[in-house]
Amino acid sequence: MTMGGVVTDGEDALLRVDGLSTVIGNVRRPQTILEDVSFAVAPGEVLGVVGESGSGKSMLALTLMNLLPRPIRRTAGRIALGGTDLTGLSDRAWRDYRGRDMAMIFQEPMTSLNPVMRIGRQIMEVLVRRRGMSGRAAEQEAIRLLERVEISSPRERIRAYPHELSGGMRQRAMIAIALAANARLLIADEPTTALDVTIQAQILDLLRQLQAEMGMALILITHDLGVVAEMAHRVMVLYAGRVAELAPVEDTFYQPRHPYTRALLDSIPSVEARRERLATIEGSVPVAGAMPPGCRFAPRCPLAREACTQAPPPVMPVGDGHGVACIAPFGYELPEGVARRGAA
Amino acid sequence: MPEIPTDAIEGLAPQRARLAAFLKRLIANRSVALGGGLVLFVIALALLAPWVTPYNPLESSFRERLLPPSAAHLFGTDHFGRDVLTRVIYGGRLSLEIGFLVVLATGVFGTLIGGCAGYFRSLDNPAMRLMDAWMSFPAILLAIAVSATLGSSVTNVVIALSLATIPHTARIVRASVLVVREMEYVEAARALGARDTRILFVHVLLNSTAPLIVRLTYVFAIAILAEAVLSFIGVGPPPPAPSFGNIIANGRDFMVEAPWVTIFPGVAIFVVVLGLNLLGDGLRDVLDPRMRI
Repeated sequence: MTMGGVVTDGEDALLRVDGLSTVIGNVRRPQTILEDVSFAVAPGEVLGVVGESGSGKSMLALTLMNLLPRPIRRTAGRIALGGTDLTGLSDRAWRDYRGRDMAMIFQEPMTSLNPVMRIGRQIMEVLVRRRGMSGRAAEQEAIRLLERVEISSPRERIRAYPHELSGGMRQRAMIAIALAANARLLIADEPTTALDVTIQAQILDLLRQLQAEMGMALILITHDLGVVAEMAHRVMVLYAGRVAELAPVEDTFYQPRHPYTRALLDSIPSVEARRERLATIEGSVPVAGAMPPGCRFAPRCPLAREACTQAPPPVMPVGDGHGVACIAPFGYELPEGVARRGAA
Repeated sequence: MPEIPTDAIEGLAPQRARLAAFLKRLIANRSVALGGGLVLFVIALALLAPWVTPYNPLESSFRERLLPPSAAHLFGTDHFGRDVLTRVIYGGRLSLEIGFLVVLATGVFGTLIGGCAGYFRSLDNPAMRLMDAWMSFPAILLAIAVSATLGSSVTNVVIALSLATIPHTARIVRASVLVVREMEYVEAARALGARDTRILFVHVLLNSTAPLIVRLTYVFAIAILAEAVLSFIGVGPPPPAPSFGNIIANGRDFMVEAPWVTIFPGVAIFVVVLGLNLLGDGLRDVLDPRMRI
C-alpha cells in the first residue's frame, strides 16, 4: 500500500517500509502481529513509535532487524534500507547489515551486556569484527567511544565488567556499542524505560546529541509520550499491529486526527486540570487471534459506526505528511469532548 | 551533561584485587577449603612422587614380602615386597592422570554435544534422544564393556570412562545453554550481526560454565572410583604400573594375612573422592548466584 505524501518522500528516505505484515502461528491459522505497516525514515530523522503494550512496537523492531523469534514470521512487505530491499536477501546477507548499517539498543541495560566480558572487549568486538580494526586501534577507538557517551575515566572503564557499572552507564555502554557499528539506522527499543527519571533524561539528551552529530536515523520505540514529544520529529502511533496515525510531532500533539491518538493524549495526567481519576481508555488492546474484523480500535472507539466494522481503514493523508487510518476525519466532524469519554 | 563523580570508580577494583576477592569467597566456604585442601595435597604428593617416596614402586624384594606397617614401611609391603606407601603415591599419579584426562575429554565432548543441542533447536531432539539411549546403559557396565573390548591400556580406560560420563555432562550443558540463549545479551549480539558459532562459543557457553565446573569435579571423582573398579576386575590399566585400583587388585588374594595392601589404597581413594565431592559441593554453592547474599 502506498501512501503518497504521508510518508517522507521515497527518494531521500534511508529506510522505507511498505506493507509489512508479521504473523505468529501455523500456516493454516496465522494470527496477525503486524499488518500493513508502511513508513519511511530519512537520514538524521527521529521517528517515534508509540503504542500500548501488545501493539507490536517491539515486534516491528525485531522484524526490521530480521530477528523474529521462531513461530513469528514476516509474511509480506518490503523493507528497503538505502535503496536495497532487505526482504529479498538471504538471512546471511541480512546479517551483514546488522551491526554495520543498522544497530539496536534494548530496554534492559542490566541484561543486554554479556556479564562475563569486559565492557571494552564488547565494544572492540564490533570494531574488530565489523570494521576490521586491529586490536590496538580498536582499544583506542573503544576508549574514544566511551568518552563520547560521557562515561568518566574511560581508560579504566574498558576493563570493567557490566556488573561494576550502574544502569545508566550500562545503557551508555550499549550506545557506545551501537556507535561502534557506525550504523546509519539506530533502533532504540524503550531505551530508557528501565532507568530512573534523571538518568532517563541524560540518556535521551545523549541519544539526541549523538544522533544529530552523526546524522543517524533513529527509530525510537516507547510508550512514553513525553519522550516522544521531546525527541521525535515524526510520530507513528501503532494500535493492535496497524498504523493508526503517522504525523509530524506537532500535529500528533496539537491536531491528532485518530480517536485513539486523542484518547492516548487525553490519558496523560495534566498539571493544571485537577481530576478525581485518571482518564483511561475503556477495554483493552485486542490480542492476536481475536482481532475485530474492521477497524482494530472500533470496539473501544466512541465514534465507531457501521462502516468501521467492515474493513480496517488504510492510512489516508489528511495533511502535509500527516496520515490517519480512520474514516471519521473524512466523514463527519468529531463532536467536542467525545474522546474524553473515559474521563468522567 | 552528567558529571560522574570520580570516586564512583572505587568499585572498579583492579584485576588482582578482583581475583583475590573471588578466592577469598571460595575459601570462606568450608567445603571448598577442606575439599580443595585434600585435593591439592593429593595432587602435590602425586607430582612430587619421586622426591617424597622412600622406595622404587616397581622394585620387588623377595625377603620383604607382606611385611606389616613399620617404621621402614609405613604402609607395609605387598606380596612382591614392594613398599605400599610408595606404590599408593605413584598410584595416585596414574589415577589422577586418568581422572584428569577423563575430565578433559568429557568436558570437551559434553560441551560440544550439549552446547549444540541446546543452541541449535533442530539438533536438540535427535542429540538428546541419542544421549537418553546412551544413558540407559548403566555407566559402569558400559565402561567395562568398552574397556574389555578395546583391551587394557591407560588410553582405553580413559576412552571407556569418558564415554560413560559424556551423556550426563551433555545434558547439564544443554540445560544451562537453554537458559542463557534466551538472555537479552545474546539477542544484542545477534542484533550486531554476530554469527551463530560465535554467539554459541563466546556468549552462550562462557555464561554456562558454572554447572559444568561442578559436574566436572564429580566426573573427576567418578573416574577415579571407576578406574579402581575396572582395575579390580582386571580391565583397568595394565600392571605392574600402580594405580589405586591395581594395588587393591594385587592385594585382594592376601586380604586376610596382609589387609594393609588393600586398606591403604582404599583409604587413598576415599580421601581423594571425599575431597573432590566436598570441592564440588562447595563450588556449587559458591558459583550458584542464588546462594549469594
